Amino acid sequence: MQLSEMERLLELSPIVKPVDQGNEVTGGYVSDLLSDVMGNACAGSVWITIQAHQNTVAVAVLAELAAIILSNGVMPDTHTIQKAEDKGIPIYSSPKSTFTLAGELFQAGVPSTKKQT
Amino acid sequence: MPNSLTYSFAVEAGDFNKGGDAAGKIKKILKLAGLPSTVIRRAAIIAYEAEMNIVIHSVGGALRLNLNPERVELIAKDSGPGITDVSLAMQEGYSTASDEIRALGFGAGMGLPNIRHNADHFAIESQVGVGTTLEVYIDVNVS
Repeated sequence: MQLSEMERLLELSPIVKPVDQGNEVTGGYVSDLLSDVMGNACAGSVWITIQAHQNTVAVAVLAELAAIILSNGVMPDTHTIQKAEDKGIPIYSSPKSTFTLAGELFQAGVPSTKKQT
Repeated sequence: MPNSLTYSFAVEAGDFNKGGDAAGKIKKILKLAGLPSTVIRRAAIIAYEAEMNIVIHSVGGALRLNLNPERVELIAKDSGPGITDVSLAMQEGYSTASDEIRALGFGAGMGLPNIRHNADHFAIESQVGVGTTLEVYIDVNVS
C-alpha cells in the first residue's frame, strides 16, 4: 500500500510529509518499546506508537521504516518534527487508538511483519 | 590487522536527543563498505542498543567500530558506574532504568539480549566504580 493511500484510508493528519507519497508500506508493527521495534520490525513497515520524541525518529531511520503513525492524538514536538524532516521519515497523527489503526491497516491487507533472525 | 578500519564515536550520558546518531553513522559506513544488508541490520541493532545503554546507564563513553574483511567489530566502553550483577543485566526484561526513562520507551530490559541475539561473538566485562566494556562482532562471511 502506498503512503498516500494509507493516509486517505486511515484519515491521518500528515505532520511530516513523505518525500514521495508513492513509497510503499510493506507491513506494520505496533510497539511503544524502542528496543522491541529496533529488534523486530521489518524494513518498509509502518510503526504505530504513542512515543513521539526524537529517539522514535532515530529508531525509524535505523530500522528503515516507511513511516510513523502517532495514535491517540499524540503530537511530536518541533525538534522531533525537524529531525524527521532532516532524516526523511514521514510522521502522521491520528485521534484513533493504536488498536483501531492497526485493525484498519490489517483489514486493508497490510500484513503484520516480524523480523526473522 | 591489515585492511582494517577503525572509527570511534563519543557518546554522551543522558543525551537522548542525540541517541542513535552514532549508530546511524556506523550504519552509513557499513552501507558504503557494501556489506550485506543482513549484516548491516544486525550491526545497526547492536550499535543502537550499545549506544543507548551508554546514554541511559553510564556517565559517558564511546562506541568504536573496527571493520575488516572478516568481521564487523563493535566495542562500547564507558567510564562507569559499572554493572553490579552482569548475569542479571543479561536477563530479558531486567532493567535498572528509572520510570521516567521507561515512559519514553527505553529500559525494557531488551538491550543486552538484543545485542547478544544479533552477535556472533559477545563479551561483556564490568567493574563497579570503573566501567563497562562490551565487545561483539559479526562474522561477515557466514551471515
